[in-house]
Amino acid sequence: MHKTSLGAVLAVSAATVCAPALARDTINIVGSSTVFPFSTAVAENFGRGGFKTPKVESTGTGGGIKLFCSGSGVDTPDIANASRALKASEFDACEANGVKGITEVKIGFDGIVLAQSKSSKGFDLTLKDIFLALAKDVPNDKGDLVPNPNKTWKDVNPALPDTKIEVLGPPPTSGTRDAFAELALEGGCNSFPALKDLKKSDEKKHKAVCQAVREDGAYIEAGENDNLIVQKLVANPKAVGVFGYSFLEQNAEKIHGAKVNGVAPDYDSIAKATYPISRALYFYVKNAHVGTIPGIKEYVAEFTADKAWGPEGYLADKGLIALPDADRKSSAANAKALTPMAKPAH
Amino acid sequence: MRTATQPPAPRRTIDIVNASLKRRYARERRFRFMGAAAVALGLLFVAILFADITLKGYTAFQQTYIEVPVYFDPATIDPAGSRDPQALAAADYLAVVKASMRRLFPDVTERSQLRELYALVSAGAPQQLQSMALRHPGVIGTTRDVWLIAAGDVDMLVKGHLDRALPEADRRIKDSSILLLDRLAADGRIEKRFNTGFFTNGTSREPELAGIAGALAGTFYTLVLTLLFSFPLGVGAALYLQEFAPKNRWTDLIEVNINNLAAVPSIVFGLLGLAVFINFFGVPRSTPLVGALVLGLMTLPVIIIASRAALQSVPPSIREAALGVGASPLQTQFHHVLPLAMPGIMTGAIIGMARALGESAPLLMIGMIAFIVDVPQGFTDSATVLPVQIYLWADSPERGFVERTSAAILVLLGFLVLMNLAAVLLRRRFERRW
Repeated sequence: MHKTSLGAVLAVSAATVCAPALARDTINIVGSSTVFPFSTAVAENFGRGGFKTPKVESTGTGGGIKLFCSGSGVDTPDIANASRALKASEFDACEANGVKGITEVKIGFDGIVLAQSKSSKGFDLTLKDIFLALAKDVPNDKGDLVPNPNKTWKDVNPALPDTKIEVLGPPPTSGTRDAFAELALEGGCNSFPALKDLKKSDEKKHKAVCQAVREDGAYIEAGENDNLIVQKLVANPKAVGVFGYSFLEQNAEKIHGAKVNGVAPDYDSIAKATYPISRALYFYVKNAHVGTIPGIKEYVAEFTADKAWGPEGYLADKGLIALPDADRKSSAANAKALTPMAKPAH
Repeated sequence: MRTATQPPAPRRTIDIVNASLKRRYARERRFRFMGAAAVALGLLFVAILFADITLKGYTAFQQTYIEVPVYFDPATIDPAGSRDPQALAAADYLAVVKASMRRLFPDVTERSQLRELYALVSAGAPQQLQSMALRHPGVIGTTRDVWLIAAGDVDMLVKGHLDRALPEADRRIKDSSILLLDRLAADGRIEKRFNTGFFTNGTSREPELAGIAGALAGTFYTLVLTLLFSFPLGVGAALYLQEFAPKNRWTDLIEVNINNLAAVPSIVFGLLGLAVFINFFGVPRSTPLVGALVLGLMTLPVIIIASRAALQSVPPSIREAALGVGASPLQTQFHHVLPLAMPGIMTGAIIGMARALGESAPLLMIGMIAFIVDVPQGFTDSATVLPVQIYLWADSPERGFVERTSAAILVLLGFLVLMNLAAVLLRRRFERRW
């Protein structure tokens, strides 16, 4: 039966392949789930202007770039969204597959917040506190690395309340988790001089120590659904949630964000980069497809117009933190000219 | 009363039975009670689930509208006066909406206040005016009272999902906006109406504009193809295995494999689909075609198993009688056995399709978890399906999507109930007992 059915199915599919692969009149966008809400908002507005609405897939940054770099034929995506910059290794993979000429467009910032239910007293954390609360191994009094012994926030810092450490955050597959580990944990890690020096002597070990999240139940992987984390926070005032700024903004009556290094997460502090846990968001355009697939230039223009990505634009309403004016101008000019990017340093 | 001198009377069987009777009845009652309690508990959970989803979702079937006297200004819409549909389509209707809102509140002049005023109506309002002007060019130059779609946050406030008693900083909607809304409400310019857009629109990033038409169309195309792929193959395979194939080690192996396949997690079929259909055969991603190929493979074992059971329940006397009057084995099967087994086969197929209808995990791998606004028009247009739409909405930060998610779940549950009901009815109506 296997042979018959599979053979028949394959025959059917083979017969239908040839026709649709030839031409495509919708833009294909793949990539980060963090950029997804912004990208879709632009796509929808772009679709109102007479073009077909682009198809936006939420595959995660890594998966999206892999698809984007898989070749330059029309069956590959035209644009990849990313919640981090393209890596050198990915750039090489792209080149190897014949994808030459990629335009990098930096679109703005996203803050990662540590939020709690409104019914709890607000936290005032430092990056060091976050590291001590959530890292897998922490240095003890003598400076030796030991498995994280801290059970309550008070163990971390006597100024904090005596409640159990309970942090709900994204799983390892998420770009938000990568950014959180890199910005918050590693930032706190570097406040220990011994660990900071490690970076020069053994970069790999430094990364392993500084970005490892504890696995003894204090950090709870709550899945990719940030709405779920918000609901859990409301039900449990002692828990802390980790997610993108836009969810804090939309649920301002239920949760509030913890101050980090004395700065509360809000639009201005993230835009000015005084709030320490924020990252840049990007999208990448395959220059070879411009002209082949209708509308790519216009889509990029829609995205980089001030009515979209400006501080007053509709993406700001969705939670995107705009770039400073000068950066926005140069980035938009760069995007318009489709200047291919150079190979990233690492 | 016995005394020690008398020999004990022999215990009769009926005494033993009588002695244990009470205990046995009690045990019976306990078991019945536990069975009933299990059913009741199950029903309770189902009721809670339904009640929760219904309570959260029913409000999505209504949508808040704001009545605005719109002056279709010919200077903005059709400066050339040509009434050319192309020019009418490209006109700046946002400016018309803004001007109409300003006219409604002449006292609002400050820039930030104006922004709030414009934000009361949805980003879809210009589309409403555009389609009006295109359909009836006569409205240009006149003033019409138009019910414009209210913005998502306004909709949430009117429906009571946003608490106006909270401090202003904690609310998505500002005090000054609420003041404007209260003035509109006092004039009778705010109304909740049946949300037809929910059934006719594709998805959107604005909850007030988002609808399930795209997902429904995608589901329809996908399921039609799934049925076309899996039903003939499944019934054919079952017929061969059950009636024609020799019983040997190979057919045993195949049987074990089919039973295994029925229990394989659906995501595995997605991976297979990605590797074989998309990467090897180049079937376009995100289309109902590739979705149906994957779901068809997934449904195949279910249909084969159900069909074999149905064929098995047809008594051998039917076959023998047919063969006896000179029918060929093929005629026996197609004229007599298969029609009698059909109700059972259909039931299996419907249940398999219902499973395919609710599936989203395998579609993740083949690119159907995507934001697709345009309603698909065919089997090779990009599309999503209902469960995927629910997943995407559940993940959206905007508050309005909470009720939309539940409403979409209600629609999906409705279809599932209908399909299962059809399966039960088919069985009731056509099944024959031998």
